[in-house]
Amino acid sequence: MDNLVEVRNLHFQHSNSHIVFDGVDLDIPRGKVTTIMGPSGTGKTTILRLIGGQLQPTQGNILVANQNVHCLSRNKLYELRKKMGMLFQTGGLFTHLTVFENVAFPLREHTKLTEGMIRSLVLLKLEMVGLRGARDLMPSELSGGMARRVALARAIALDPQLIMYDEPFSGQDPISMGVLVKLIRTLNDALGLTSIIVSHDVPETLGIADYAYVIANGKVIGHGTPEEVQQDSSKQLRQFLDGLPDGPVPFHYPATALTTDLTEETIS
Amino acid sequence: MLSQRTIESFVGLFLLAAIIALLVLAFKVSGLTSFFKPESYAVVANFDDIGQLKVRSPVKMGGVLIGEVSSIVLDPTTFKAVVKMNINDKFNDIPDDSSASILTAGLLGDNYVALTPMYSQTFLKNGSEIQEAHSAMILEKLIGQLIYKVGNPGKSSDSNATSATPPTGNINKEKTENGASK
Amino acid sequence: MISDIAVLGRWGIETLRELGKAGLLLLRVIFRLPDLRKGFPLVLQQIYAEGVLSLLIIVVSGLFIGMVVALQGYHTLVKFGAAQQLGPLVALSVTRELGPVVTALLFAGRAGSAVTAEIGLMKATDQLSSMEMMAVDPIRRVISPRLWGGFISMPLLAMVFNAVAIYGAYLVGVKWLGLDAGAFWSNMQSSVDFHLDVVNGLIKSLVFGLVVIWISVFQGYYAAPTSAGIAGATTRTVVYSSLAVLGLDFVLTAMMIGGW
Repeated sequence: MDNLVEVRNLHFQHSNSHIVFDGVDLDIPRGKVTTIMGPSGTGKTTILRLIGGQLQPTQGNILVANQNVHCLSRNKLYELRKKMGMLFQTGGLFTHLTVFENVAFPLREHTKLTEGMIRSLVLLKLEMVGLRGARDLMPSELSGGMARRVALARAIALDPQLIMYDEPFSGQDPISMGVLVKLIRTLNDALGLTSIIVSHDVPETLGIADYAYVIANGKVIGHGTPEEVQQDSSKQLRQFLDGLPDGPVPFHYPATALTTDLTEETIS
Repeated sequence: MLSQRTIESFVGLFLLAAIIALLVLAFKVSGLTSFFKPESYAVVANFDDIGQLKVRSPVKMGGVLIGEVSSIVLDPTTFKAVVKMNINDKFNDIPDDSSASILTAGLLGDNYVALTPMYSQTFLKNGSEIQEAHSAMILEKLIGQLIYKVGNPGKSSDSNATSATPPTGNINKEKTENGASK
Repeated sequence: MISDIAVLGRWGIETLRELGKAGLLLLRVIFRLPDLRKGFPLVLQQIYAEGVLSLLIIVVSGLFIGMVVALQGYHTLVKFGAAQQLGPLVALSVTRELGPVVTALLFAGRAGSAVTAEIGLMKATDQLSSMEMMAVDPIRRVISPRLWGGFISMPLLAMVFNAVAIYGAYLVGVKWLGLDAGAFWSNMQSSVDFHLDVVNGLIKSLVFGLVVIWISVFQGYYAAPTSAGIAGATTRTVVYSSLAVLGLDFVLTAMMIGGW
């Protein structure tokens, strides 16, 4: 299978020596929607930043379009990033620019198109996400769902090959969640994109994904098509997918026994 | 969000204000004249002691500013201070036997050169030398002389006859001598 | 005891690291100049935000400081019968010291803290990251125009401050206390030297401007992306800038008086 992104033996450690990844292998097939799921705090956002070259792995390689992201020169990396789009959890819209200018930003930065062409391109992208009418609003006037759609329009402004979504569904009402789910799928198919969705919203994500990885404790604990993942019987996977309060991932944050903690408190 | 045009205009105004401020600082505050020197001619005077006179100190006549000191150098043979002054062309009828003296503006003020006109029919021109130059009054010297003159006669008025002159008159005389000859 | 030394050592290393990061940031800004066509409007916008918007506070403070110095100076000088020297007193203290220093302190409070907060918030809301992912270098697009804008604005503000402060002194000395206007200006002109006093003061303000805006962008760029982090960074900008300005003022004055 043709993979746009290949992650091999990835190790990553935060500067506070917290180990985030301990040998992760991922294949992101071209033209498909792949999802990376896992409980909060497993470094799902970190993996997107690693793919985007914003962070350096402590060990292992990441290949994007057959180029090792972390061995590229700055200019090459910036060239590569023009082929990537990323949608941040908060949207990351520029608060001092209007919706129109936000979407026009990458075009103005990287192309020498005339004002008229930029205008038509921006309006087309906004039309795709259904917000052509909101072009003169400021980001502060948008709802969370609309802000993400604007950010999506901006991320696809340069017609990237790869688009990465960081928690696109978190904190959305059912309607905007539905809109986003539909948008991600249709954009992927219509523009021939490769999409990576990082999420912990199991049913929505599995509903549109072609392939799924589940990460926990720095390792891949399960992967396959959504059907395969759903039917996997490993305990860790079941706990995450079915949302059980206790299991291999304990309810309690690691601590000493409650009784010793309480008595210690009174003694001191 | 202001349009780029508005921002450019404001920045332009800001620059203009700063340039005006700089011009004020240059010409009004520090009296910078080297850019637009008024037409002037140079005269020279040799002083024994210039006191605190500096380059760009004012040159006055009758209290009116007529020029400024342009350079001060020490003559290596006579060991006198050669003070070159630029005098505004407007004042081109100053008699050439005028005298120059270094005076102090007030008790704590700066030194300046005062020209006192005489009666010659020929005038100072570019390169003229003022013959009569009175040095600056140095406060310490005056006080020293005063103490010496006051102290000496009181202690040995009859034994040291050579310098025993009436004290009060002597001070005045010495002062004028000092001013005239030095 | 040992742990105290360890804490001190760790603090020392952390401080050194911060300094190194700040130095690298400055180098990156200087060597990654924004290209002229795109960069120039951005720098203009920043001169507007940091310079023009600081103008009001600079003018008002300048006027009052000039007036106060004149009033205080007059009451001291008059005891020695030297009230005529008010002009030089004000002009020298303003052009040599008060102008650059007070402008820099106000600039740190007005523009520096705003720059820190803005960059910090852009970081906290992923605007810098998303810019990076759009293959736009935030150093070139965000940091550099702010640094250059501040560097250019600061001496301009100091010039305005100086002129306004001296005008304030003129108002008090001549219009209110009744000094002779001619003596006020001519005494000033004979004691103030353009190069030694005015230009040296402006050199100071250039250095202060660079240091203040450098601290501001550094604190913003490396702020912890939380509300507490940004609040702390803003405070640090003002505190560090003020200390740096006052410390550097001493060093620069010593160098200038020592005829360096």
